[in-house]
Amino acid sequence: MKKDRKKNIFKKRAGRQRIGALAFLSPSLIGVFLFFVLPFFVVIYYSMIDNPITANFVWFENFGKVFNNGAFKIASGNTLKFSVIAMPLSVILGLLLAILLDRDMPLRSQFRTCFLTPMMVPVASVVLIFQVMFHYNGALNRFMANFGVDKIDWLKSEYAQVVIIILFLWKNLGYNMILFLSALESIPRDILEVATLDSANPFQIFFKIKIRYLTSTILFVTIFSLINSFKVFREIYLLTGDYPNELYMLQHFMNNTFKSLDYQKLSSAAIIMSLVMVVIIGALFMIENHFGKDVEE
Amino acid sequence: MKKRNTLSAKKRRKLVSTCIAVVVALFFAAIFITPIVLTITNSFMAQSEINANYGAVFAKNEKGGKVFISEIVNLKFIPDMVSFTQYLTVLFKSPDYLFKFWNSVILVVPIVVFQLAVAMFASYGFMRAKGKLKEIVFFLYVILMLMPYQVTLVPNYLVSTWLNIVDTRWAIWLPGVASPFAVYLLTKFMRRIPSSYIEAAQIDGAGEWQIFRRICAPLCKGCLCSVAILVFIDYWNMVEQPLILLSDAELHPLSVFLSQINSGETGLAFAVATIYMIPSILIFLYGEDYLVEGIMYQGGIKG
Repeated sequence: MKKDRKKNIFKKRAGRQRIGALAFLSPSLIGVFLFFVLPFFVVIYYSMIDNPITANFVWFENFGKVFNNGAFKIASGNTLKFSVIAMPLSVILGLLLAILLDRDMPLRSQFRTCFLTPMMVPVASVVLIFQVMFHYNGALNRFMANFGVDKIDWLKSEYAQVVIIILFLWKNLGYNMILFLSALESIPRDILEVATLDSANPFQIFFKIKIRYLTSTILFVTIFSLINSFKVFREIYLLTGDYPNELYMLQHFMNNTFKSLDYQKLSSAAIIMSLVMVVIIGALFMIENHFGKDVEE
Repeated sequence: MKKRNTLSAKKRRKLVSTCIAVVVALFFAAIFITPIVLTITNSFMAQSEINANYGAVFAKNEKGGKVFISEIVNLKFIPDMVSFTQYLTVLFKSPDYLFKFWNSVILVVPIVVFQLAVAMFASYGFMRAKGKLKEIVFFLYVILMLMPYQVTLVPNYLVSTWLNIVDTRWAIWLPGVASPFAVYLLTKFMRRIPSSYIEAAQIDGAGEWQIFRRICAPLCKGCLCSVAILVFIDYWNMVEQPLILLSDAELHPLSVFLSQINSGETGLAFAVATIYMIPSILIFLYGEDYLVEGIMYQGGIKG
């Protein structure tokens, strides 16, 4: 009898906790459902009909159209090219910066501040300076002329890719560095001391010991950089505008499709992009589950 | 004797490697802050000096201008003559820029405040909720958080047309407030609160609201600062949302407007760019440690 009552109280409490949790969650759930989830189903619907008025189901025809669309092909090619170059660079350079600062040195925290500042500064504010530097008549070309290098039209040739990568790295390296730095600091000191006593050189210490503790962070930063590299539209738009020749990215494709309000094209492209993202994010999670645990525990 | 020698050799080697590290770090630090410093110092140049130095870059749209334009660019750190005319113009004579600055503020501040408020509640809810469904919903939040704007903007745009709020600030505010980013970070933090705190409060007869108000909320203060900074940078820098959701250029924030300043006003543009940086730089100087902590939460290293 008494036991029963106790059970009841527990049940009641658990029930109350569930209702409480739901009440706390509800504002956010309503917002996410209304602004992201519900319309996304409509996006799926739009991607499978021929036009909003007759609304005949055409299944995957729209996707085929998007895949065969020249602008989409160029855009995804450029995006892929950018990501493939920018991602490893931002991981490796971020790691190198972290290794550089992972020691007793004067001005260490000032250096950290310097590397992080670009992350805080709005891109729009520094675009002017980037234009001054990389313009055809700009500072960089003038500087290179001293060495007899011909003028390069950085922003309007295939070199534009280089400029955007520089801007991307400038903005994101600090972030990656912080992640690597804290991972390096979390390596148990005694292991490193033992290694030094056994007269291991810094390279051995790095490649045989530190790298094992860094694996999960490296993977995380890699995928996060990949995701961030998809967001580079902002920089490109501010630097070069709506229709950059060499830098026409997927995001330009989306933005310009928005202007023509072609719901079918827009929806199909959004779904293709989101599927790619889900695959990448899924990989991120598998990696976190696989590697994240055996280092922490 | 020999032992002392090897020790000093080791010390010397360490000193050399530290020196090299400092030099390399100085080099990189210079590269990182040069664009910022240049923007700030150049904002103190008069328009004539800007034209003389950078005319070759910016003058191409200016037809029939009488200003002397040099063929080559002259990148300058320190202006010949420090002048505040640009700032005077921006602040007192041409209200356009201040108006756009105000647009940025009015777009960003409510998003930061309300996104954090909603996220505080939601993260507490996520901590208290149990079961498989919760995990699935949280995973959905993570996916949404990582999606690029070009994907999430399509649903956002659809809802905005249904609600008839396209071209109003609500079209930016509402999706911003509902954004799952803050929820994700705060939940990660809340999960680290020891469950014994909560159990103790329950034994003392505290209800859910009291646990939230008296225990979890005060513990979250630091984390809240970190998240606020990250959310602020993201929206202060926003370009995509206003381009698509606000066709009325009057409502555009300064971040979009800066790229559209015409070439005759480049001097002004530097001043405006500097003014636009000031809030984020102040926040950074005040909250660098919070920012670093926020990055670490995001990276999953803490929590």
